[in-house]
Amino acid sequence: MNFPILSTLIFLPLVSSFFIFLSKEQKNNNSAIYISLFSSIATLVLSLFLWFSLDWSSSDFQFVEEQSWINDYIKFKLGVDGISILFIVLTTFITPICILSCVNSVKDRIKEFLIAILVLETLMIGVFCSLDLVIFYLFFEAGLIPMFIIIGVWGGSKRVYSAFKFFLFTLLGSVLMLVAIIAIYWLTGTTDITQIYEIKIPKEYQNLLWLAFFSSFAVKTPMWPVHTWLPDAHVEAPTAGSVLLAAILLKMAGYGFLRFSIPLFPVATEFFTPLIFSLSIIAIIYTSLVALMQDDMKKLIAYSSVAHMGYVTLGIFTLTKQGIEGSIFQMISHGLISAALFLCVGVVYDRLHSRQISTYGGLVNYIPKFSFLFLVFALAALGLPGTTGFLGEFLVLTGTFQKNYLAALLATFGVVLGAAYMLWLTKRIIFGKTKNEEIKNLKDTNKIEILMLSSLAIFIVFFGFYPTPLVETFNVSVDNLILNFNQDLDNFKLVKND
Amino acid sequence: MINSLNILLPEVFLTLSIFSILMIGVFTKKSFNLVFNLSTVTLLVTAGIIFNSSNIPEKIFLDSFIKDAFSNFFKILILISSLFVLNSSRIFITAKKIDKFEYPIIILISILGMFFMLSSNDIILFYLGLELQSLALYILASIDRDNLRSSESGIKYFVLSALSSGLLLYGCSLLYGFTGSTNFNLIAEQLNKENTGAIFAMVFILVGLAFKVSAVPFHMWTPDVYEGAPTSITSFFAVVPKVAGLALLIKFMFIPFSNIILEWQTIIIFISIASMILGAVAAIVQKNLKRLLAYSSIGHVGYALAGVATGVAPGYESAVVYISIYVIMNIGAFSCLYLMKKNGEYKENISDLSGISKKHPALAISFLIILFSLAGIPPLGGFFAKFYVFSSVIEQEMYTLAIIGLLTTVISAFYYLRIIKTIYFDDSVITFDPIKDRVAQFTVFLSCSVLLTFFLYPSFLNNIVNSLFIN
Repeated sequence: MNFPILSTLIFLPLVSSFFIFLSKEQKNNNSAIYISLFSSIATLVLSLFLWFSLDWSSSDFQFVEEQSWINDYIKFKLGVDGISILFIVLTTFITPICILSCVNSVKDRIKEFLIAILVLETLMIGVFCSLDLVIFYLFFEAGLIPMFIIIGVWGGSKRVYSAFKFFLFTLLGSVLMLVAIIAIYWLTGTTDITQIYEIKIPKEYQNLLWLAFFSSFAVKTPMWPVHTWLPDAHVEAPTAGSVLLAAILLKMAGYGFLRFSIPLFPVATEFFTPLIFSLSIIAIIYTSLVALMQDDMKKLIAYSSVAHMGYVTLGIFTLTKQGIEGSIFQMISHGLISAALFLCVGVVYDRLHSRQISTYGGLVNYIPKFSFLFLVFALAALGLPGTTGFLGEFLVLTGTFQKNYLAALLATFGVVLGAAYMLWLTKRIIFGKTKNEEIKNLKDTNKIEILMLSSLAIFIVFFGFYPTPLVETFNVSVDNLILNFNQDLDNFKLVKND
Repeated sequence: MINSLNILLPEVFLTLSIFSILMIGVFTKKSFNLVFNLSTVTLLVTAGIIFNSSNIPEKIFLDSFIKDAFSNFFKILILISSLFVLNSSRIFITAKKIDKFEYPIIILISILGMFFMLSSNDIILFYLGLELQSLALYILASIDRDNLRSSESGIKYFVLSALSSGLLLYGCSLLYGFTGSTNFNLIAEQLNKENTGAIFAMVFILVGLAFKVSAVPFHMWTPDVYEGAPTSITSFFAVVPKVAGLALLIKFMFIPFSNIILEWQTIIIFISIASMILGAVAAIVQKNLKRLLAYSSIGHVGYALAGVATGVAPGYESAVVYISIYVIMNIGAFSCLYLMKKNGEYKENISDLSGISKKHPALAISFLIILFSLAGIPPLGGFFAKFYVFSSVIEQEMYTLAIIGLLTTVISAFYYLRIIKTIYFDDSVITFDPIKDRVAQFTVFLSCSVLLTFFLYPSFLNNIVNSLFIN
């Protein structure tokens, strides 16, 4: 009994990356690609097995593994619940697609690239599994190393600047979180979050600790005004790097808010909600406007990511069922859609080596398959009903309307802006006149690209029409989260009145 | 008497070995290899003797010499690190033509000095040990005597170090004058806040010790000596005397000055913050790897001192853990330098590393691991070192120190990243000679493996160290 399924899930990619490291250099590095594909698909299967064998009707952590680590109080503790399992599946689903995308786009040192991606997968799964603050920090921070290398080695012309900015911004935010984690350890005597949920952190410490966690998550989300690393990192990173960054790394912060900030510091969460609302609204409106004015496709999508993550933070801090469920849904949906959009950019970039919007135009006449898929993703990104993008934004807005009319109104305006920049982008790339002669000789998507893009498209549409499997998974956990939050808040208020 | 000798066995053995190896060196021709091997064996045997001796505290010679868990731990740490430092640099020493038979012997003598320092329970014995160590180090710094830089660094180190020794001795004499004793325990009993003269003495002693561990503002010698001395000596300087110096600093705070914590705490906090900031900022502009490592070591001493600044046993333990992990990282880093060889010449500029990840992937990944570990990025060993230190700092609610310390790690991450950038992102311009130095290679491998796998059993060092500070 008690097979350590989560540890297996975490360390499988790491072990296979070691095998890739040992594998012999070949001309086209087939063995490295096959090993990494095989291992990432095995991880996917394992995580799907985990998803289906998880008891959705319970909000407890399941498949819990516990091992004394630094001492008896800082443990190596893993577990999943309805919220985290979806992020794990998202990670394991996106990774094979990234590996496939390397086959076309990475020419140089593909072996090292695959190692970096698999190590990153290990760390990302680890983040979503950890039930101990120190382990969480360990995985959260360690992810910087492979991402730094991915941006710096295989990135574009300004890669060094972007890689440094990415690393230092994130590190700066995170060290304060480390201080907070250690402070929590001395306050409560443990870093096991299930125990801290019970012990409760004293009210007078909550605001500062919340801010320390916020500094890390805000950079990672990224929230306005610390979002500036993201456009740079996205633009310079290679396709697979952008995909992983947008689809999964950004979700760590949203997940962090749900798992740590809200349940650990309920009083502070309530206190700082207006701050989050303001920053989210600014992010939605401001970055949408910025996105409108971009000449670079990747930069446009990067700014749209910031705006979409604005909905996520907005929804989480409404602390209503619709808002939080919408946020989780939005994160999953954005994970799929932004991954797809970055892959699309990668597809044309591999052919014409330009990310400038002005290079393209009238693609629909020459590469119809690609144009169709791009259109699907663009419509999903602007929240067309029938795609996952719609459901996420809709639920978030419903949640916001219950809490704050003004914020909801402004956020709704952001939806219009989102439609504006996505449609305009589509118009300029897919439709319009073809000015560039090279486009006439473009080859349409090959089999691998079709496979990658259509698998994403299928799920975007499928979950857009039939979101039940996702919602059912996290339903009970979200209920429990809100219930506990309100109870804790009431308890703290009672203490104050006495 | 026999019992006393038994307690003194490691020192006695080391002394006799030094004498006999010296004789062998003098009376045989081209004796470097022989002397080197014998020294290695001596280090191993001494470590074995200490390893087998008990950790029960025993004092001899009118309580001036103490053998306990604390001294044993540090002696073993010093022996093992010297063993690696010495052996990984062997080919370097031969190539640089500094393979005089005195070389290993002087290192052994300085280790002997450190042994007496570590075991001292009396200011006089402490000072004698310190001087024995320092004199050996002066010679080591200028061992490449035909080289201008090396001689210069030796003189520089000698002048500044002599000054600090003078201050230290002055402090010791004041301490004797105001407490009437030279014994650590008796001094501790006599010291209190009202004893202003003794507090003066404490400041002088702190200054002297801060110099030995190259903490700001007494760090000026470090970059020049590190850069000027041959790399093999620099790696010894960066590791072994630092360990001994820090151990002594902790010992002074823990025993004689334990009653005036509030008085010295402020000074240590200042020194610690200043070292962390200077170590982070000044290293940014460096082009020479050895000089950069010098500044980085100043920063690392700052972090270790942050643990000392807590003034409680868990803090001292975290400082000891920190310095142990620092030793592992630095031995690895310097051994990497021995592998950077081009047409028989050793390269030591950061720009020489440009793009080596394509031609020397193994060396590149070793640098990657060691540098990220030095920067304190999880899950590498360096992260846990910082984690323990700041954990104990925060336990004492010294939040300012913790936050400043962690922010400086971000600054220092910048220059470590810059080296990694040079290795991985830049175009390849240089191909090093094929690596033949197996010992250095093995040392790098060992250091990287320890740093990489440290997270599997992160309390390993703590379990050893937590018996050191029981009184």
